[in-house]
Amino acid sequence: MKFADFIQVGAIKSDLTADDKEGVIRELVESLVGSGALQAEDLDGILKAIMKREELGSTGIGKGIAVPHTKHPSVSKLVGTVGVSADGIDFNSLDGEKVHLLFLLISPPDRPGDHLRALENISRQLRDDSFCRFLKQAHSPAEIQQLLDEADNTQL
Amino acid sequence: MVERIATVQVVNPHGMHLRPADLFARTAMRFQSKVCVTFEGQQVDGRSIVELLMLAARKGTQLTICTNGDDAEEALSALVQLIERGFDEMEEGKNDQATNDE
Repeated sequence: MKFADFIQVGAIKSDLTADDKEGVIRELVESLVGSGALQAEDLDGILKAIMKREELGSTGIGKGIAVPHTKHPSVSKLVGTVGVSADGIDFNSLDGEKVHLLFLLISPPDRPGDHLRALENISRQLRDDSFCRFLKQAHSPAEIQQLLDEADNTQL
Repeated sequence: MVERIATVQVVNPHGMHLRPADLFARTAMRFQSKVCVTFEGQQVDGRSIVELLMLAARKGTQLTICTNGDDAEEALSALVQLIERGFDEMEEGKNDQATNDE
């Protein structure tokens, strides 16, 4: 699976402004609504479900990266977006580092395989330290999209 | 130095997604031994969530776990048990279709 298969280009955020976990997750979900990938009426339900998942254990996977996610019946295919926070968010990550890079995923309840493949793709690409650094330093959604496209193209 | 190897089947419905990977890495870190996990020819560090996620191990697949160190026996046993009990999320999978939002 490639980034292009699930990242909604119109929902990428290079300038997250909230200073807490729920705030940045709300910004990303709102951005997905704005891009047309989600319906406005599902916003609160999805936000609540993602926060409930965070309570089970942080999705901060270390190195300044988090993958907040949930399953939700309102989507028929996996949708996701990327956000960058310049200041960093306290996410209670395993390594204690602040989170600067977020991949938010919403998957249909009956497609666990797609969710696994998206996680696989994200983690595979994030092993590349310079890719992570460039993403965290990106100043515009277009720049982020370009980095994701390049990663997709080098993936065999 | 002791080395122990076992092959275990992933039994929880959602496979090795983030929460199981997190639990696995945390469990592996409780021991001194090195832990590596092999799946479909790919070998990764069992203490790294990111590397474990790269395996994308689905339900029904076989993971080979290798522990190496003074507490290799204990580490292997703890990790095998964790996978065998479905990372403590067997019930959630069963109810999944009904509840939809975890």
